[in-house]
Amino acid sequence: MTVDTAPMATEALDSPRSKQAMKARIARRYAAERRFRAYGVAAILFGLTFLVALFSTIMVRGYSAFLQSAFTLDVHLDPSAFGSTTPPSETDIRMADYTKLANRALFQALGVDPANKADARAASQLLSQNADVQIRKTVEADPTVIGKSVQLSLLAHGNVDTLMKGHFDRSVPENRRQLSDKQLGWLDKAAEAGLLGKHFNTGLFTYGASSKPESAGVGVALVGSLYMMAIVLLIAVPLGVAAAVYLEEFAPKNLLTDTIEVNINNLAAVPSIVFGLLGLAIFINFMGIPRSAALVGGLVLALMTLPTIIIATRAAVAAVPPSIREAALGVGASKMQSITHHVLPLAVPGILTGTIIGLAKALGETAPLLMIGMVAFVVDFPTTPLDSATALPVQIYMWATAAERGFVERTAGATLILLAFLVCMNVTAVILRRRYERRW
Amino acid sequence: MLNVQTNELQQGATKLGGALNPHKVAAKDVSVYYGEKRALFDVTVNIPDRGVMAFIGPSGCGKSTFLRCINRMNDTIPICRVTGKITIEDEDIYDPSLDVVQLRARVGMVFQKPNPFPKSIYENVAYGPRIHGLAGSKAELDHIVETSLQRAALWKEVKDRLNDPGTGLSGGQQQRLCIARAVAVSPEVILMDEPCSALDPIATAKVEELIDELKQNFCIIIVTHSMQQAARVSQRTAFFHLGVLVEEGATNDIFTNPNDQRTQDYITGRFG
Amino acid sequence: MSTSLLFLIVIALGIVGWFLGNWRARASVGGKTSALHSRPGYYGAYVLLWTTLPAVFLIIVWNVLSPIAVSSLVTAKLPENIQNGPEQARALTMSTVRMIENGLSKLSPEDLDKTADPATDVKALLMSKGAPLAVTPEPFAVDAARYQLTLKNSSQLLLTLSSIGLAALGLAFALFQVSPKLRSRNAVETVALAGLLGCSMVAILTTLGIVLSMLFESIHFFSIVPIQNFLFGTVWDPRFSSAGSGSGGGGEFGLLPLLWGTLYISIVALLVAVPVGLFSAVYMSEYASRGVRMTAKPLLEILAGIPTIVYGFFALITFGPLLRDLGAHVGLSISATSVLTAGLIMGVMLIPFVSSLSDDIINAVPQSLREGSYGLGATQSETIKRVILPAALPGIVGAILLAASRAIGETMIVVLAAGIAPNLTLNPFEPVTTITVKIVSQLTGDLEFNSPQTLVAFALGLTLFVFTLALNIYALYIVRKYREQYE
Repeated sequence: MTVDTAPMATEALDSPRSKQAMKARIARRYAAERRFRAYGVAAILFGLTFLVALFSTIMVRGYSAFLQSAFTLDVHLDPSAFGSTTPPSETDIRMADYTKLANRALFQALGVDPANKADARAASQLLSQNADVQIRKTVEADPTVIGKSVQLSLLAHGNVDTLMKGHFDRSVPENRRQLSDKQLGWLDKAAEAGLLGKHFNTGLFTYGASSKPESAGVGVALVGSLYMMAIVLLIAVPLGVAAAVYLEEFAPKNLLTDTIEVNINNLAAVPSIVFGLLGLAIFINFMGIPRSAALVGGLVLALMTLPTIIIATRAAVAAVPPSIREAALGVGASKMQSITHHVLPLAVPGILTGTIIGLAKALGETAPLLMIGMVAFVVDFPTTPLDSATALPVQIYMWATAAERGFVERTAGATLILLAFLVCMNVTAVILRRRYERRW
Repeated sequence: MLNVQTNELQQGATKLGGALNPHKVAAKDVSVYYGEKRALFDVTVNIPDRGVMAFIGPSGCGKSTFLRCINRMNDTIPICRVTGKITIEDEDIYDPSLDVVQLRARVGMVFQKPNPFPKSIYENVAYGPRIHGLAGSKAELDHIVETSLQRAALWKEVKDRLNDPGTGLSGGQQQRLCIARAVAVSPEVILMDEPCSALDPIATAKVEELIDELKQNFCIIIVTHSMQQAARVSQRTAFFHLGVLVEEGATNDIFTNPNDQRTQDYITGRFG
Repeated sequence: MSTSLLFLIVIALGIVGWFLGNWRARASVGGKTSALHSRPGYYGAYVLLWTTLPAVFLIIVWNVLSPIAVSSLVTAKLPENIQNGPEQARALTMSTVRMIENGLSKLSPEDLDKTADPATDVKALLMSKGAPLAVTPEPFAVDAARYQLTLKNSSQLLLTLSSIGLAALGLAFALFQVSPKLRSRNAVETVALAGLLGCSMVAILTTLGIVLSMLFESIHFFSIVPIQNFLFGTVWDPRFSSAGSGSGGGGEFGLLPLLWGTLYISIVALLVAVPVGLFSAVYMSEYASRGVRMTAKPLLEILAGIPTIVYGFFALITFGPLLRDLGAHVGLSISATSVLTAGLIMGVMLIPFVSSLSDDIINAVPQSLREGSYGLGATQSETIKRVILPAALPGIVGAILLAASRAIGETMIVVLAAGIAPNLTLNPFEPVTTITVKIVSQLTGDLEFNSPQTLVAFALGLTLFVFTLALNIYALYIVRKYREQYE
């Protein structure tokens, strides 16, 4: 080993390594180090700032959706409004003119002369068009109230709600305002007298679609989402667990199982809208399941969730140490028994976590549901999975594209409800993981 | 008490040998803590320039920990704390004003497992000179790469494929590439942490031969669990046990006539 | 007997079989169950499987094949001119026949006999039973309907008899086999294993379903609009013709403006997501203390859990108007829905996709490489830039490709934030539209399904699927390869 030795170190390196040059270089290198670090901090702050902005915007816009303005009125259920027979027939109760009753109560409360046609019309515009339904439901629930006066909280019109929530600009000239000076006068008086106030908005959780913001709610959409989640659970979990167990424990290494693997990984990354097209072509056109049905939505979402559950279950099953399987096999259990008796029970927390995360993803999914006609205007609660239904995120989409101002608040409110569900599910998943996480 | 003994020995050796160089690295009362646990107890040792110093001892005795103190690699472990004083040419390396990046340019390191970067052979060797700005031109850099590879006795084997990935070399070649990489920044001290433990006997022989060459220009400190290797390559040997430096002296003395019973037991294979 | 009732009966028989098998196994060894090859439950399951599986299989196959057979038999009975006439007319007749048959099934046997007489007013008769018909049926259609009803009834009767018979046969056969030597557990487990394999085949079936359904509808579309007009056309103007015109209805279906919009928005999104995601990942894995990592990482990952409709809504009500106002301040005219709005919001959505995958990949780079670099006196950022990132590059490229695939397929953000005007523009402040937006808008109207305006959605879907599939498979391949390298 003959090498020309020492000169190199001294000659070649001495000049750039002079103390001065070296010092400057080191300073530059440390400045680069600080810059690099700052980029990292900036990147994280960017993401977090956006997160805060998103949540705060939606909260600020949405919290008022949980309050709703309503008039507290003594409604006299005049027997003459319910036809001539006593007790009134069901048809009479259904067909009675409740709007008139509601208006009468309102006029009385505001001191409006019903004979003055212009005033009467202006005053009646303050009540929601849904007020009659509210009175009808009260009467239908208990027909004995007919003839008596009942105190009811009747929804105010969307414009009144806007005023009560402080989004109304009184400085705009009267002819370009939604509410006239006279109406404003009545409303101020009513608010002072305690006849008009804001209450917790139960309607948001119980109503269905409506073209009037004050009587629109996510109740129907929630039920639709619930149906779909149940279908996803029933289909995706058993299929997913079975597939994962096969792939992790039994699958020989061959072309078929390789194809399945590639398929599953790829399906997890296929755009969700493509699953919607699949649902439209296969479940609706080919199998003939009705459009807009919760069943189709559930099936599509189940197929979408399947890869998530399979991947999570495989990880959970793979995390069970081989020694457990060997112990079971050692006492003469079959492979199937060692898995069902030992491996799967130990993998349950992991499977549950994966399932919840998959469900949360499915709950927030919108695009595929648009493909299978779930954008329908659904007013009634679906009673079977084959009825027309809609889902919470789809409801948000429909409201987001609606024109009325009142719907912006509803949209943000519905988004808050959706986010609340998702937060609950993810927190459950995290707790599950923390509590049952086992280190082998 | 031990320290006194080793110091006396050291002085004795210096007197006897006469030709030994002055101390390059000196450690005084160095202790290392990992969180609450103390891993090294008041180690004091002087290491001469241009020669090979071997640290031996059973696994977990603290020899690697001490080695990593010398170029402050322990800084990368958050819970690790070092007390005492280590100087290189009378400069305290734990002085707050000292720059760790510069220190590591002066104290190179070769690791237990060959760890070439996933780049070409050329880029692996050029990496150090590049980050430290040691070469003013491409020609200079080429020269540094070539001489470093020659010093690592690898030039003949790789000169025609400098652009091939370094990870494609054999284990022994990879380790010599790592040595070339360390040599390229012309350090004063080279630390070697069990450099042959992942190599086969033939590759080991080559690396040992290389260490023998390099000691003419560098101060080399090598941690090894092989007593034969320590005997073959080093001039001085230190024996560590349970975090304590038990005994240090000329390699010949340590292996033929140790002072301490523990050293005696270890080299005769009673434990370890 | 309806098919679902038939299923229930077969399953009930199976449960009976389980008890019988269990009992017979115990009886065969005089209650000393340890003398059996398997636990008694396995004998029960063995009998259950033999009882139910063949019968259920028969029911399924029958239900698939019988309608095809019935329909071809009925078609053969139709007059010559309809049989040889155009396909649409034949389909129309068949659907009338189906409607009449549906009504006939509600009639009593005597009334049914009456319909054989051409003089009977079938329409009125059906009306009285609550099955109104839109048209006055021709006699041959009524005959065909009656024939179809007869066929269906006899087919169902045959199915009922044969499936219950098969179930009983299976039960008897399996029960006869039960003996202490019978390896019932092995047999049951083999069936269970086949079941597991079947479940994992669902993934393949889904992919197959996606490909086939979109391929068929696309071929249908391309038979109306030439494929080169679709792929290379620069004008998108599907012209919503009135439903039922069927003959193409004019309109141009050029993919390029949509493809351009999709790619432009995705590029903007990646320009945001890649640097931010990568720097976050690097900071998280190389610099951040444990505490910072434990809080910042899950917080950033929340971004991935937010439904995209929420991003879209945010873009629509806050971010788009904000950008527009900002632009107005500096004299730029930025449309509220634009490439920039959609791209930026989508970029934020993609940050966690890039960062968590990159984080995993950076962590997989062996510690020894870091030490090697530090040992030579490199600073941390030099180590990251010159050693770690180059080593992790293939994996990071994979992560970016996966993010790109997600950007291309993203729907709700672009539906709400990108606009609907197909626009071949380079100006990021103008609205563009994307493939996904057009799929949604073509399919959410009340259009006739067979018009090119609807079918084009499948051609677009196929394009989207092919694009993302190629990206995904390539990305997953390099990520996997990268992982193997350091295992």
